[in-house]
Amino acid sequence: MALAGRAALRWGPRLPSPCPAAGPLCRPAWLPAARCERHYSSRGQGKLDMSTYPVESIRNFSIIAHVDHGKSTLADRLLEITGTISKTDRNKQVLDKLQVERERGITVKAQSASLFYNHEGINYLLNLIDTPGHVDFSYEVSRSLSACQGVILVVDANEGIQAQTVANFYLAFEAQLSIIPVINKIDLKNADPERVEKQIEKLFDIPRDECIRISAKQGTNVEKVLQKVIEKIPPPQCNTADPLKALVFDSTFDHYRGVIANIALFGGEIAKGQKIVSAHTKKRYEVNEVGILTPNEQPTHKLYAGQVGYLIAGMKEVTEAQIGDTLFLYKQPVEPLPGFKSAKPMVFAGMYPIDQTEYNNLKSALERLTLNDSSVTVHRDSSLALGAGWRLGFLGLLHMEVFNQRLEQEYNMSVILTAPTVPYKAVLSSAKLIKEYGKDEITIINPAQFPDKLSVSEYLEPTVLGTIVTPHEYIGKIITLCQDRRAVQKDMLYIDENRVMLKYLFPLNEIVVDFYDALKSLSSGYASFDYEDAGYQSADLIKMDILVNGNPVEELATVIHKLKAYRKNVVAKCYGGDITRRMKLLKRQAEGKRLMRKIGNVEVPRDAFIRVLKKETDK
Amino acid sequence: MAAARGCTRKLAALAAALPGGGGPGRALAPGPAVEPAPEPVQQAAAPATAALYVHWPYCRKRCSYCNFNTYVVRALDEAAVRACLVREAQTLLRLSQVHSVTSVFFGGGTPSLASPGTVAAVLEAVAGAAHLPAAAEVTLEANPSSASASRLAGFRAAGVNRLSIGVQSLDDAELRMLGREHTAAEARQAVEAARGLFPGRTSMDLLFGLPGQSRDAWGQRLEAALGLCDDHISLYQLTLERGTALAAQVRGGALPAPPQDLLADMYETARNVLVATGFRHYEVSNFARKGALSTHNLSYWRADEYIGVGPGAHGRFVLRGEGGCSREARVQTPEPVTWMREVQSQGHGTRSRAVLNPLQQLEELLSLGLRTDEGITHERWGHFSPQLSLQDVFGEPGEARALQQSGWLVLDSGGLRCTWAGLAVLDSLLPDLLWQLQRALGAARCPPSDQESRDTVRDHEGQ
Repeated sequence: MALAGRAALRWGPRLPSPCPAAGPLCRPAWLPAARCERHYSSRGQGKLDMSTYPVESIRNFSIIAHVDHGKSTLADRLLEITGTISKTDRNKQVLDKLQVERERGITVKAQSASLFYNHEGINYLLNLIDTPGHVDFSYEVSRSLSACQGVILVVDANEGIQAQTVANFYLAFEAQLSIIPVINKIDLKNADPERVEKQIEKLFDIPRDECIRISAKQGTNVEKVLQKVIEKIPPPQCNTADPLKALVFDSTFDHYRGVIANIALFGGEIAKGQKIVSAHTKKRYEVNEVGILTPNEQPTHKLYAGQVGYLIAGMKEVTEAQIGDTLFLYKQPVEPLPGFKSAKPMVFAGMYPIDQTEYNNLKSALERLTLNDSSVTVHRDSSLALGAGWRLGFLGLLHMEVFNQRLEQEYNMSVILTAPTVPYKAVLSSAKLIKEYGKDEITIINPAQFPDKLSVSEYLEPTVLGTIVTPHEYIGKIITLCQDRRAVQKDMLYIDENRVMLKYLFPLNEIVVDFYDALKSLSSGYASFDYEDAGYQSADLIKMDILVNGNPVEELATVIHKLKAYRKNVVAKCYGGDITRRMKLLKRQAEGKRLMRKIGNVEVPRDAFIRVLKKETDK
Repeated sequence: MAAARGCTRKLAALAAALPGGGGPGRALAPGPAVEPAPEPVQQAAAPATAALYVHWPYCRKRCSYCNFNTYVVRALDEAAVRACLVREAQTLLRLSQVHSVTSVFFGGGTPSLASPGTVAAVLEAVAGAAHLPAAAEVTLEANPSSASASRLAGFRAAGVNRLSIGVQSLDDAELRMLGREHTAAEARQAVEAARGLFPGRTSMDLLFGLPGQSRDAWGQRLEAALGLCDDHISLYQLTLERGTALAAQVRGGALPAPPQDLLADMYETARNVLVATGFRHYEVSNFARKGALSTHNLSYWRADEYIGVGPGAHGRFVLRGEGGCSREARVQTPEPVTWMREVQSQGHGTRSRAVLNPLQQLEELLSLGLRTDEGITHERWGHFSPQLSLQDVFGEPGEARALQQSGWLVLDSGGLRCTWAGLAVLDSLLPDLLWQLQRALGAARCPPSDQESRDTVRDHEGQ
């Protein structure tokens, strides 16, 4: 059974084997997962009085890093130093609890912890707000970061800056957070912290002397990181005297207690018995319990402005505590915190049981797994060839892969996954269709339901901004690969003597199938890749049916593109006295000229149709 | 990080895409042909002069397109900020040993939210630490929502003699989209009040290329602006910067992204209209008539020395006070609370210092100088490059020669400058020219070594 499931996965993203070091698509991710057990060791003890931690002595921060650069190990050490967990040899990735997390070395479920630390005679409350590491979850990351005033940016002293480091840096930079650069694994034989410092300075404009060199594994200089957190990260700016305003930045589901929402207080205070309202759903709840995470739940009397903790208030489903939502006191409404949006699936795939008799078992497994992951959308679907099944929407490729892996591992289910597709949009021109849909722009998540060209004035497709970091000997091949995938180059920069960062705007559907595999194989595994949502662009699409035994199988139908020329755009900028950024941009372009000269002009992409057919025979 | 860029100014300037279909072969647009070099402006003989930029990082509200170093704070201890600005200005002037300050510019943020007393205190400190000629240009950026006639009169009494008003648009719907606090009517009142108090010395900032803005709408804005303006206009193309609310809306599809061809057309329309009404297009984004050029901004484009004071301010100057003789790039600490702590403990809040090597200095001179209609004179080039002349670098067969032949660039007895057509596509010309410069200086190694000379060790020259 498992074999059949795997075989079907050739239509799925061919992701790396579950090995922690495999690379960027195999990196910290986050699913609001069923954390089956929570430890209640601290329950029943006396409740903590949090009023002894005024705003000035609070620091809220995250750790961000490329996969396997040591984020979880650093978190373990911080927890040990502050006495949050006892120091034993077994503290390995304490915050990573799921099997899939430990196997893949990724953070699937974000975990937060409050640390108590005395520095120069003052007792500080340091809230380590974990973020899901992968940009599939950039919205969740951005909500988690909005509860922080600073981040620790961890970079491996041997591997240096990787694609995900860049993406993470920009998320923090855009949120205007204080950034503490940390170079980890200096104990490794091949560590070259100096080179990494130069990369950080060149790419992020952070002076070299601000980097802290540490070995999280051995504990070297970790105390210094804590001191920097206190010195460099400002306390949250908020007031206990204001009305309650709490951000929901994460939520989990507990079979006994319902939804447990992780919250950050931007104003006021919260205690058991208070009546609260969700700004998004407008539903009212009574608070049953509040507390802090250490990292297990520890109830407190109250939580105050600036503090971070959890809340239990009789919410039955995770959809009631959506990430980014604002909670306030009943009859004391506040302006909701900005930036809320519902999860938006970016990759869709059909899921069918290998054997139709398994349908009900699969259905119940799906229900349980999606119970606390409101970001997976489920629509029933059926096909003549494959029978009854579902069309699932995921936030991204890794999200889909992890979901499937958990289905196999935790529920022993093997499934057929159809070719992943992306949500296209069609601007309708036919009056009849506009009337039918009630609007003139529709989103198509299933290629089998693609409206005909004759009734459409424009098709739109989703795009992503991809970042690739690679040793320079592979750039020629990588540029060809990217052009082949209809990508438009946005940036090219040497981050040190032999590493190049490339940025390309990709149509999302060009990377959902096998881009990552192709990149890894042509760079002998050395290139890393990451991407972020970049909105929709106009596209020229035709539907391609794939014939099985001479009959079109609609579920396997995929959408391909006619080639399109892109226009180059140039904008001159004026910055007054700050000419540094402008100079950087111009010099990158000058550098690009030189590189193009060296590589020679790369060919126009081959015909997309041939490529699709070739892919078929390749595998 | 942002720095010497004003909240009222917010926009990256223009010059946009290659004009569609137009090209070197096209007849040159009307207006003062750029080819005959406008008279070069004399550079002060004594080297120890500098312009001074003062950054006021606070705003009442963040505009939807702004990614500058600005902060919205609940309560502000203005006396403390003032004391720090004064002290940092004194420290940096002492370190630079500048004996004369040629101009002062208060940018932000929203410096018109500062009290006139703060502006006066900084100017007094400058005049105390160096010579500040009575005629020196002292500009303040003002936001229409904090530019009542009485406030402006206060600033004039404090020593301000030129005003730059962040009008941005004269349409209420556009102003709302930009997240501005003022209406078109308030912007008009502010400009009129300013013209009454600073006749001939009032500038206004305008934005074009807003999401959804049509060619016609831009034509109307321009016309309205011409009916209102004094003798100086700064024109900026709205750039959607990462991390701003407006960029997010465009990315998410809630607002349309302006097409590049349209942006190029809007810029072309504007420069033609302005030149036809007597303005000189003296810099990519700046227009002046009756000689009302901004001397402060010209010092950036001529690569003169300038000192940046305040959170996140940038500077370029020589540390004569430390016996230095090299031009340094300096950035002050962006975060105001940290910056204040540093100023209080060591007299200044310099976050980074980097000595610029000769190639870097020439790269800046080239990229900035070509933004002006006068271009880069032989004299100015020689000041930075005594050995290799403009002719040595750009006269040989290569990129510059090709660009000259295509009608974008001129190299003659006046120096190196853009043609009228070239000025609009400068950013497409510069990468080629920079590469030629790097080769000429033997620096076209791979990878570039632009970071090698950087020295970010904090200096502790506090009092």
